[in-house]
Amino acid sequence: MTHSSWAYVSNYLIYSAMAVYTLAFFAHAYETAWAVRAPQTDEISGNLLTKTFDFTRTEKVARIATSFMVLGFLLLFAGVVARGISAGRVPWGNMYEFSITGALAFCGAYLAALRKYDLRWLGLIVSIAVLLTLGTAITVLYRPSAPLVPALKSTWLVIHVSAAIVSGGVFLLANVIAAAYLYLDAMESRGERTMWAKRLPTLEVLDQLSYRLVAFVFPLWTFAVIAGAIWAEHAWGRYWGWDPKETWAFITWVAYAAYLHARVTVGWRGRKAAWLCLLAGSTFLFNYVYINVWGTGKHTYSGL
Amino acid sequence: MSQEKEIQELGVVSLLRFAWRQLTSMRTALSLLLILGVASIPGSLIPQRPQNPMKVSDYFKNDPTLAKWMDRLSLFDVFGSAWFSAIYILLFISLIGCVLPRTLEHFKASRALPPITPKNLEKMEFFSTWQGNGNEYEVAKAYLKRKRFRIREFEGALSTEKGYLRETGNLFFHLALILILVGVSMGALFGMKGEAIVNVGERFTNTPTTYDSLTYGKLFKDTSLPPFTLTMNEFKAEYDPLTNAPKDYTLWVTATDTPGATPIKHIIKVNAPLSFGSTNVYLQANGYSPIVTVRDKSGAIVLQGPIPFLPQDGNLTSAGAIKVPDSLPQLGFVASFLPTAARDKVRGGISAFPEALDPKLLLSAWKGDLGLDRGIPQSVYRIDTSKMQKIGLESLKIGQTYSFAEGSITFDGFVPWVNLQIVRDPGKIFALFGAILAILGLLASLFTRRRRLWIRVDEDNRVEVAGLAKNAAPGLENELTLLVEHLKKAGQ
Repeated sequence: MTHSSWAYVSNYLIYSAMAVYTLAFFAHAYETAWAVRAPQTDEISGNLLTKTFDFTRTEKVARIATSFMVLGFLLLFAGVVARGISAGRVPWGNMYEFSITGALAFCGAYLAALRKYDLRWLGLIVSIAVLLTLGTAITVLYRPSAPLVPALKSTWLVIHVSAAIVSGGVFLLANVIAAAYLYLDAMESRGERTMWAKRLPTLEVLDQLSYRLVAFVFPLWTFAVIAGAIWAEHAWGRYWGWDPKETWAFITWVAYAAYLHARVTVGWRGRKAAWLCLLAGSTFLFNYVYINVWGTGKHTYSGL
Repeated sequence: MSQEKEIQELGVVSLLRFAWRQLTSMRTALSLLLILGVASIPGSLIPQRPQNPMKVSDYFKNDPTLAKWMDRLSLFDVFGSAWFSAIYILLFISLIGCVLPRTLEHFKASRALPPITPKNLEKMEFFSTWQGNGNEYEVAKAYLKRKRFRIREFEGALSTEKGYLRETGNLFFHLALILILVGVSMGALFGMKGEAIVNVGERFTNTPTTYDSLTYGKLFKDTSLPPFTLTMNEFKAEYDPLTNAPKDYTLWVTATDTPGATPIKHIIKVNAPLSFGSTNVYLQANGYSPIVTVRDKSGAIVLQGPIPFLPQDGNLTSAGAIKVPDSLPQLGFVASFLPTAARDKVRGGISAFPEALDPKLLLSAWKGDLGLDRGIPQSVYRIDTSKMQKIGLESLKIGQTYSFAEGSITFDGFVPWVNLQIVRDPGKIFALFGAILAILGLLASLFTRRRRLWIRVDEDNRVEVAGLAKNAAPGLENELTLLVEHLKKAGQ
């Protein structure tokens, strides 16, 4: 196959993955909505009974939803690989490629965490987030497959960018969970959780989970920054130059370091910690979106 | 009187002690860390002088008053400013004040035995008890020893602890950060960084005068520039014919390390600098130097050679100035070099491709006073035409000559030029070492669980097992279950 036909294959795979994620989204939506049994009237007294949960009705759909998520992940993975083959390099040369790989990392982090924790309730949010990312990527950010500019031709591209993308995927997942924490926390402080939210994990579990994800991936992010510094020394003659991208990578690092200290040393839990986690995550997103698109500096050579 | 003085002194001492305690408290360190993050934001949004001096001068042009105030607040050089330095110096003092006592404490603790087994084990989060048959104590001791727990025996009870590596890693991580700071400071004090544009075919000698720009640290000496020379033999740039994007740059050089040494051939690429000890030579940018010959009225040559032009876009449309101060009157040519000439409705003459497929030189010729004698430094790429008179416009292909009353200019050809960046950073090895140490320390501290396990067997062979994990680390229940299973199996 020629390079351009690989690029077509990649595009078809990305579109297919989007279709499958749409199915996963509907399956998750169905599962979330129909697990709640409508209130029934008591046959004897005629009183309205409270709403109840009945997971047996939706268990099958939930399994189908997760299968779709796995299938979508595999298609997306194949799409990213095909993109790499079409360009004759790792598929991390521009923002379109970062986005599809980032979506892959995010979905991968979700599926990996799913093996250990019951996170199926998160599937709805994950499938929406992946769909939005892929949709933006293929419409707004799409660039034809092309070789790399000389500055990117280095083994460090593989090391630095893969570490950054995986960190981003896991940070994002930790943020979604922290946001869910804040949402449920607000709900609980107003009274009881609404019916559909009752099946979601307790606040403590969410709190611990988002912390564990951050603690797990913080060393990787540190490594991504350091690998970037080593590469910068090779390519640009200095390992740290306060380029906007570097500055924001540093800010993200500082924010997550503060988060970890706040939890481990000062003992922050719950609401305060969740807000700090969201703040740190938003610095990462800002770096990715704002600095790539509107920023100046040495990281903006890729034509997005 | 003396008593009063004593109280005052005591006041000062206690105030200092109070300040030190405040500074080294976790809360302060945490605040300083967050402030450091916030303080670096303006540096990423406002153009910075070291990275982007052109944009800074735009600020001064557009709103001089605002720019002056921003400059007073060091907003155009945030990372070199006093207030930014103040934040990170305070943070590092706080860090040192925090880490050193902890290191001593940890050193002592790592040689001490775990504390005595508490009386009431059933109050622990994980507790298990059963009727044993007497061998549990020895079995548990062997088992935990094999698992490399630290063990203290006291009154028929085992008190064991594991996971000291957590604190060791933590301390190493923080000490490594200090090492990184040392490396950065050394680079700033003993390092140098310079840039030079060199035409292909010419030779670069590493002395301060050959640089276009050269900055060095306070403790760097001119004489410590390694005395190498580099001859630019050939430069090749490859471009993608579809997107015009550069694919590869290669520079072939001949280097002599010291005067008289055997010349050695090298290749320099964007991601592969050439090293002379701790000095590296990087290939940073490239462009074209049109070669011209300028003659005066009598036909005598007043200027000849390649003149570097600055690229204006990705297709290397290049702008430059040809100054002829030695002719009478002085001549100046404001010029554009187009490697592949094309016309644009708005911009006029532009280049359509970065390779020189159809090179053209566009000139506007001026005569009069170039203003070079006034002692004000001038850009070599621009001509101040305020005291000059326009002669005319011309577009030349290679070999063509433009003649006018005062003389003529011939476009003889072109050579590429390369921009070499030469950097010496003796601190980077410390920073690298610190970074590796930091990651290892971080991994050890985040993935080691510190926990205590207790086993007590009383006279009636009643076995009690309990455990406690620091920071509610996961996995303790699992570990205890395994221990209990092992003991019960051995007891059968």
